[in-house]
Amino acid sequence: MRAAWLWVALAALFLLHHDFWFWREPRLVLGLPAGLLYHVTYCLAVAALMAVAVHRAWPPPGITEADVAGDPRG
Amino acid sequence: MTEAVVAAYLVLVLGIGAFARRRLAATGEDYFAASRTIGPVVLLATLFGTHMTAFSLLGASGEAYHRGVGVFSLMASSSALVVPAVFWFVAPRAWAVCRRNGFLTQVEMVRARWESPGLAVALGAVLSALLVPYLLIGVMGGGITLAEITDGRVPPWAGSLTMVLVVLAYVAAGGIRGTSWVNTFQTVVFIVLGAVTAGVVAAKTGGLGALASRVDPALLVHGDRIPALELLTYILIPLSVGTFPHIFSHWLSAESPRTFKLPIVAYPLCVAAVWLPSVLVGVLASADLPGFEGPAANSVLIRAIDLHAPGALAGLLAAGVFAAVMSSLDSQSLALSSLVTRGLGRRRRGDEGRRQLLLGRVFVALILTATFALSLVAERSIFRLGVWSFTGFAALFPLVVAALWWRRATAAGAWASLLTAAGLWLYYFVHATQKPGYTIAGTGAMPVAVILPAAALALIVVSLLTRPPSDDALDRFFPEGSR
Repeated sequence: MRAAWLWVALAALFLLHHDFWFWREPRLVLGLPAGLLYHVTYCLAVAALMAVAVHRAWPPPGITEADVAGDPRG
Repeated sequence: MTEAVVAAYLVLVLGIGAFARRRLAATGEDYFAASRTIGPVVLLATLFGTHMTAFSLLGASGEAYHRGVGVFSLMASSSALVVPAVFWFVAPRAWAVCRRNGFLTQVEMVRARWESPGLAVALGAVLSALLVPYLLIGVMGGGITLAEITDGRVPPWAGSLTMVLVVLAYVAAGGIRGTSWVNTFQTVVFIVLGAVTAGVVAAKTGGLGALASRVDPALLVHGDRIPALELLTYILIPLSVGTFPHIFSHWLSAESPRTFKLPIVAYPLCVAAVWLPSVLVGVLASADLPGFEGPAANSVLIRAIDLHAPGALAGLLAAGVFAAVMSSLDSQSLALSSLVTRGLGRRRRGDEGRRQLLLGRVFVALILTATFALSLVAERSIFRLGVWSFTGFAALFPLVVAALWWRRATAAGAWASLLTAAGLWLYYFVHATQKPGYTIAGTGAMPVAVILPAAALALIVVSLLTRPPSDDALDRFFPEGSR
């Protein structure tokens, strides 16, 4: 399977979404509640993962050579 | 002042729509898919603007007012993970299949995949039924918001009517190209205004640090107001992005598979940029503006502006809310029109060109007129339908994935999935409609956690028990060389 690492990484991020370790953490970090800061950082981490994916695993599955050839910049 | 700012904003939007009209070619493919010429920046902005409604600004603040910062993890960071994954796994594949076969709607795709006009009609009917309350919520929400911001000087019906007329003008004029261009502008507007609003409110109130002692501590943690099972199961809701007809239409307008790269990467950043300010304002308002009960808290963003920055900023905020509403309303009405014009209508010679363009415009006008008429008689309880609409769309996700990815999926399997999703959705809807915030047996688990797996299971089991699809149909979807 191509880019299996991406699916593993997405599964890991799915697990990390459930941040029970910050579940009842009231501290403010950098002016934000710790749990909120965690989830903002989480969004950045997803963006970073997808940036790696589009560079290292492009094209995504299910695209034919003809689809790629039809792409003037492909 | 507020009315003047809103009027100036609407004139600007109409100007962009008029400019897009000059590029419109007289074909259905250009009207509904911009002849597949939309580039990455516009695609990102229009997908995001279409997906985010006014309730990302107002509803997020209202939810955070009651439930605290956990709303961000529940609704925002879950979308930040799921939506790019759907864009990666489904969108380029759907684009390629539809381009190869000339499809412009999901209904056309399903009809060809399973050679079943009846299934296509049923799917079109379900998609339309789920979309109508969504349209209605937008039209009513825009009118109500403008009335609140102007202290009642503009009645709700007048705000709704103005919004509908402006959307009708630029959608009819420019089709999906005009819609995408306007959405790009509107997305920038509501992202910037959301950040400005949060900055002003935080500066005036001294920020969360200063308010920490006054804000209910339960609002600064996830665990008190968000059950763990709700967080776990809510993550299925954003799968609805894979089945929304209005998002699907924008996918098909992309220039190439490569165009999806930017939306895949930048979507989580846009989610954070819009939801963080909205959630923060909601939490801050809980200290400054106590006493809002239930859905009334959806107006805390407006009240916070009124309290801390009246005048021009209030007008800009109204423009931002209009931007968020219109950037969804335009795509939804256009998608519904394309479902009827392309998907459910009888295909015959001469359907292309001016006839299809005319039909598309007529249906956009009819849909918006009917929505406005309904908004005059509908009750505010319609707003509760929002999450049910998302649940219904998410339940159709297995069907769309099977159409694109699973050769063995059969028409009978697709029927079974559709009927299971519709039946269970109705069951939960009837049981829960009078209970805001309903979860299964009060555990926190969302109904989607039952409906979606059941729909997937029905599709798999019935497909394996019935004859495989014909080679002709499969060849159109799975040509040699599919990676």
